[in-house]
Amino acid sequence: MIIRFIEFIGVLMEKPAEGLGRFILLFYAVLKGIARPPFDVRNIVRQMLEIGVNSLPVVLITAVFTGMVLALQGYTGFKRFGAEGLVGSVVALSMTRELGPVLSALIVTGRAGAAMAAELGTMRVTEQIDALETLATNPVKYLIVPRFLSGLMMLPALTVVTDIIGILGGYFVTVTLLGTSSKSYLRATWNFLQVQDIYVGLTKACFFGAAFTLISCYKGFYTSGGAEGVGRATTGAVVFSSMTILISDYFLSAWLF
Amino acid sequence: MIELRDVHKSFEENQVLRGVSLKVRKGESVVVIGGSGSGKSVLLKHIIGLLKPDRGTVIVDSTDLSQLDEEGLNELRKKFGMLFQSSALFDSMPVWENVGFGLKRHTRLSDSEIKKIAIQKLRMVGLVGVEDLMPSELSGGMRKRVGLARAIAMEPEILLYDEPTTGLDPIMADAVNELIIKMRETLHVTSVTITHDMKSAYKIADTIAMLYNGVIIASGSPGEIRNTPDPVVRQFIEGRAEGPIVLEGIIR
Repeated sequence: MIIRFIEFIGVLMEKPAEGLGRFILLFYAVLKGIARPPFDVRNIVRQMLEIGVNSLPVVLITAVFTGMVLALQGYTGFKRFGAEGLVGSVVALSMTRELGPVLSALIVTGRAGAAMAAELGTMRVTEQIDALETLATNPVKYLIVPRFLSGLMMLPALTVVTDIIGILGGYFVTVTLLGTSSKSYLRATWNFLQVQDIYVGLTKACFFGAAFTLISCYKGFYTSGGAEGVGRATTGAVVFSSMTILISDYFLSAWLF
Repeated sequence: MIELRDVHKSFEENQVLRGVSLKVRKGESVVVIGGSGSGKSVLLKHIIGLLKPDRGTVIVDSTDLSQLDEEGLNELRKKFGMLFQSSALFDSMPVWENVGFGLKRHTRLSDSEIKKIAIQKLRMVGLVGVEDLMPSELSGGMRKRVGLARAIAMEPEILLYDEPTTGLDPIMADAVNELIIKMRETLHVTSVTITHDMKSAYKIADTIAMLYNGVIIASGSPGEIRNTPDPVVRQFIEGRAEGPIVLEGIIR
């Protein structure tokens, strides 16, 4: 009975353990690829444009409206006990510590992560990855390393933009629509915001950038099963990346508190 | 030049190769025939190190592939060119970049020099004025030719062809056969082709080997294979549903 139960657990854990092992090996191959020249600068720049610059419009819209909503809700709540002057601080702290990195990461995952998994998955099922190997090119170094580095660099950059635009969105609602003085909003923002808050947000952004690129590339790189497999890989990339971002966000917050 | 000794390969429960042994001499054109799912592509991928055998050895140019690290394997792969069944063109880059991909990665040539060589290789396979097109703008036959131009761009010593005529109309298939013969005559390459197209096999092979049930069951010149008494080979080359070969999923 006990042996059967252990066998059942073993069978149940076989696939996840195999997947985890493959993921760790892929991460190791990526680190090895980063350490070894030559560096494909052109490819890295292209991926930075794809992940960073092309995500800007949707990140900007999300940031400005998130800042506006935060200000509106904060104002409604704080007004009840006469603390409207703290709206600027709440917007600034929420954006820099939490919403800036998390929202940017989720948006970029939905856009660029899905695209990465679909592109690599299609390359796998159409034998383009095999073709790279026959042309004496390491596919991890050629395909995944530039994406990983771009995610690592561009997500913090997008987070800075999200923070600034979110704070400006809050400013617009609080000052222009609700009539609080500009000076008081800005004072509340600067007085309570510390370098530590920005550092916490950017550390999270780096982790999220590395996580979503690695998960998306892993899902795409090991795709099998034709068009259906590519669809599965794309969905899996977005779901796993989003879950990883949200779960790790708690632990990173607790660690960097 | 190429030797497979007792190569075994399984994917989970599915035993695909059960002790394949095959020799390819320098300059020879060997065609491996066999039904769909018989493991022909798996065999070809072992020759270029895309797959590692569970048991047995693959020797290329006196080098045991299992003894090579990643760099050594990549160095050896520069001797190879491979034409894929689906052509496997990189669809994010134009034709000339596809053809010149190996040159871009492994030489210090400028883009303009690479493009010039790519145009020359494209001309060799009968294509003119397509260098700036994207792969999605090409027909199936043109894609095969671009794939072949990419395979020969680094002037390889060995060419591997994975089902080169599959999916092409008979005229285009024959044109690809002619190209394979031309490559051998002009570039003096050793080639291994896998196919189930017997017309193509008879035309391009010096030696035909048949893969069945994970082993090579017959090998000989096109004439010998054509006249073999082996009932399994006969059924395959004559393309009959009736015979000793059991077709998976077909009830008779």
